[in-house]
Amino acid sequence: MDRSVSSSVEEGPVYTHQTMRLEEGMALECGAHLAPLEVAYCTYGTLSASRDNAILVCHALTGDQYLAEPNPLTGKPGWWSRMVGPGLPIDTDRFFVICPNVLGGCMGSTGPRSLCTETGKAWDGEFPPITMHDIVASQVRLVDYLGIERLFAVVGGSMGGMQALTWVADHPERVFAALPIATSPFHSAQNIAFNEVSRQAIFADPHWHDGHYRDFGAIPARGLGVARMMAHITYLSEEALSRKFGRRVRKEAATAIPAASSPSLFGEMFEVESYLRHQGSTFVRRFDANSYLTITRAMDYFDLAAEHDGDLSAPFGKCETRFCVVSFSSDWLFPTSQSRLLVRALNKAGANVSFVEIESDRGHDAFLLDEPDLDRTVRGFLNGAAEHAGLTREEAL
Amino acid sequence: MRVDQQLIAEMIPAKARVLDVGSGDGTLIDYLFRTRGCDARGIEIDMQSVTQSVAHGLPVMHGDADHDLAHYPDDAFDYVVLQRTLQAVERPREVLRQMLRIGRHAIISFPNFGHWRLRLQLLTTGRMPMTSVWSTPWYSTPNIHPCTIRDFLALCEEDGYVVQQWLAVDEDGLKAPWRRSIRFANLFGEQALFLLSRG
Repeated sequence: MDRSVSSSVEEGPVYTHQTMRLEEGMALECGAHLAPLEVAYCTYGTLSASRDNAILVCHALTGDQYLAEPNPLTGKPGWWSRMVGPGLPIDTDRFFVICPNVLGGCMGSTGPRSLCTETGKAWDGEFPPITMHDIVASQVRLVDYLGIERLFAVVGGSMGGMQALTWVADHPERVFAALPIATSPFHSAQNIAFNEVSRQAIFADPHWHDGHYRDFGAIPARGLGVARMMAHITYLSEEALSRKFGRRVRKEAATAIPAASSPSLFGEMFEVESYLRHQGSTFVRRFDANSYLTITRAMDYFDLAAEHDGDLSAPFGKCETRFCVVSFSSDWLFPTSQSRLLVRALNKAGANVSFVEIESDRGHDAFLLDEPDLDRTVRGFLNGAAEHAGLTREEAL
Repeated sequence: MRVDQQLIAEMIPAKARVLDVGSGDGTLIDYLFRTRGCDARGIEIDMQSVTQSVAHGLPVMHGDADHDLAHYPDDAFDYVVLQRTLQAVERPREVLRQMLRIGRHAIISFPNFGHWRLRLQLLTTGRMPMTSVWSTPWYSTPNIHPCTIRDFLALCEEDGYVVQQWLAVDEDGLKAPWRRSIRFANLFGEQALFLLSRG
């Protein structure tokens, strides 16, 4: 194992990501063995001498490890830079924060773009199926590598919350506190349905080439863009869309075809259309279609109760982890009812649970946005848990 | 901390596992954790209070007595507390049953509908009484199941709960000297406080 700096050189400019490389790799749930294993990650703050102040932040489907620093690919601020930093709710003056890129991702961790040692070629469309347990197992290797026995907390929103729950289910003794936000203990039929439409959009793209688009020097940009557009709708709410865009119309035509003087069906464009197109086109520049398929499939497979004969409290039996479950009132992708189901199962398991439903009209995306009640909840829960864990500010210095 | 909360806290020994149903701003569980080393958790129906409590680092979940107690395992707690809420739940008898299933003891406080002022008002005016304790009119009150101290004792007897301790207090929670007579307590006590255990 060495702390090397790898680069993803396949497309566009070269980016270097801080990476852990494990030559022996790891076995996946499906039976395949991935070697070597690379996990790209960022860290913030300082690990205490007693190594007890580490917080693992797990990113969502299309997130990455650039949590609180500008993203080298997009130049945009880190995806949770409003939450993580000095003096912020996840306070890097106090905590050592680790954010890994998920297994199967495309920002430096082993994924479809990585080289398959057997074939000497990139995995591309042949990357083995992975599960949330595999993603967590790769993070366990990273946490081991960083010399951390027990994480003070695992925090994540959406698919990040699925990872947080999987961490506790698989390694209860290694997680003192868990903060799953806007998530669910299983991926619902509706969410699988949305993912399927996203995938079909990618498959329908003429540049898809059965997942080997890079051999053809192409990317299924239309398909991936449509996938993102549709998914993006599910991250918002009817109220948020109405508030942001309403029925406002832009001047430019909705089609690329130059409008003749004759009236055209798409002679003008609603602002919401323009917004979605922008979301789609910027996404394809930073995300790999095979990664999108791999990770959405891992989400679809996620169902903690099913692994225990339908008993959702079983994976949390006798765990000492303190939980804070957070949902948002307008989130229809991961609705409060699913969080409540989780909370009741945790109660049944006798776990210490806080549960807050935050009033917001911004839908699922709210966990990434300026929601003062979320900030207060995260800060308060972590401070309270730190007190119970016996963490002091001095130790963290 | 309110005086009646102080009285409740006095009933709970150090290190006990406590569930406060209707934990409000979390004062009682905070106090029990800090001064008694209790594993004290809360359930609260008002979301603002829940957020406020969690923001203070307290383990509080959004929920209510009628719907959330059933999900806890037997004997999950040493004490389950229900403050000034019994009269507002949908099914008081079931809530009591759940409290004494998940907890070895139950501590319940409720406003006493048998107080003389209420009796007198009903008698003299013929209308639903309104006092500082019962301060909302009949058509908008959340207190859908008012009871008197004697009513409550009768239910405990019927369901086989042991009354380990009881107090009648005035509105500010000060102990009142009617310990020896339930009838007097039922007439002069504005709030009642009971410590129950299973029979």
